[in-house]
Amino acid sequence: MNATVGVLALQGAFAAHAECVASLGLSVVEVRTPEQLKTVDALVMPGGESSTMSQLLLSSGLFDAIAQRIDADMPVFGTCAGMILLASEVLDGRSDQRSFAAIDISVRRNAFGRQIDSFEASIEMPFGDFHGVFIRAPRIERVGAAVEVIGRLGDEPVLVRQGNVLAASFHPELSGDARLHEYFLTTMTTARKV
Amino acid sequence: MVDSLLGMTSTNGSSVGTQRVKRGLAEMLKGGVIMDVVNAEQAKIAEDAGACAVMALERVPADIRRDGGVARMSDPQMIEDIKAAVTIPVMAKVRIGHFVEAQILESLGVDFIDESEVLTPADETHHIDKFAFTVPFVCGATNLGEALRRVSEGACMIRSKGEAGTGNIVEAVRHLRNIFGDIRKITQADNAELFQWAKTLQAPLGLVQEIAETGKFPVPIFCAGGIATPADAALAMQLGGEAVFVGSGIFKSDDPAPRAKAIVEATTHFRDANVLARVSRGLGAPMTGIAMDEINGTQRFAERGW
Repeated sequence: MNATVGVLALQGAFAAHAECVASLGLSVVEVRTPEQLKTVDALVMPGGESSTMSQLLLSSGLFDAIAQRIDADMPVFGTCAGMILLASEVLDGRSDQRSFAAIDISVRRNAFGRQIDSFEASIEMPFGDFHGVFIRAPRIERVGAAVEVIGRLGDEPVLVRQGNVLAASFHPELSGDARLHEYFLTTMTTARKV
Repeated sequence: MVDSLLGMTSTNGSSVGTQRVKRGLAEMLKGGVIMDVVNAEQAKIAEDAGACAVMALERVPADIRRDGGVARMSDPQMIEDIKAAVTIPVMAKVRIGHFVEAQILESLGVDFIDESEVLTPADETHHIDKFAFTVPFVCGATNLGEALRRVSEGACMIRSKGEAGTGNIVEAVRHLRNIFGDIRKITQADNAELFQWAKTLQAPLGLVQEIAETGKFPVPIFCAGGIATPADAALAMQLGGEAVFVGSGIFKSDDPAPRAKAIVEATTHFRDANVLARVSRGLGAPMTGIAMDEINGTQRFAERGW
């Protein structure tokens, strides 16, 4: 696997994601411009403030460029705010907030509460339990028929996939455990390349 | 729903208010701009401009400096109004050592507390025990020793103090160079030298050793104090700051909304001079600003804290 992995670096937890990807021995590019996007084979969209990122996606010209790459099957992994940007429906967002509508889910911003309600807990995954960190986290309130639920917190979906799009309501980059990044990069990039 | 979820997960090890969860919100704010606002209307302008968080306070530092007297925690009603106006995280300030103001802000559900030298200190010896709170804290620092002492008390984010309310970046630059310069030296030090570093910095040895081992500070370091232009924000970022606080610099300028948006873009594209040139055009006059030799010693906020 020689993929170059992009981490959207407009705002948010991009540094922690880049460390996670680099720990797997892959080259990482921080993506702030359409030119940088052209150099990557897959894209991680980090947590942060989705309203801020939405505006910076438009002013940088990245919004249309990323939308085209997602349409052309580039694997993309959105966490927290990144998941909100990928969702087909955003509840409690700003009215001018844009999203890529790349995965058929409805998500509610900050539905787990404010920072004092932020928590960590164990999540059931296909590869075993994973320690999930939830920060002012969004909630997946509806999952479309074409969407596969991969990880759950209790009964609740927290990691979902549709085709080339993977989305998590928590922060795998803060767990000191790169298994979920490895899952994304092996099941979603080599599967297509081999 | 949240209660039931926490109740449910508490049996399998779910926990709130951990260092990881508290430092995690600081990670989420990286690359962003946190703007001082004094009412809901300014908070909306800040969010519209792309702020990643707002700092709710009654007077911006420039006005605190002008008015003199004792500066305290803001009116809870005003903080509630700002919380209701925006979807982004809301921070608020408490006086150094005033843990009851912090208890009040935590009960209001603010997302981050700034134990700030901009307000009049309540305790001239002790800072707040920040481990005692679920809400994360940010504290100012002028050098690495001060920054590490704050981390040892539980701070989850450090910001340069700069000299708030001056529109003058010179002190923030001094503080960032102090902090990151010493971090660079510590990463080159041998074990025997680390003992001496801990003594010199008056900081816990374990944290000094952690910097030597990881090559970086234990929590995110942001820049505050004196940012007035997009170029100031980019300078702070290129010097190692991971995000910026802008206090008086936005709402004391001629035309706050476009300046706020320009500073947001400059913070993201801090190494791209073409973007910086584009966003710096036609913003009107920045806040007037104050030279450091116009401020006498007792009026320097950065000297508060120990």
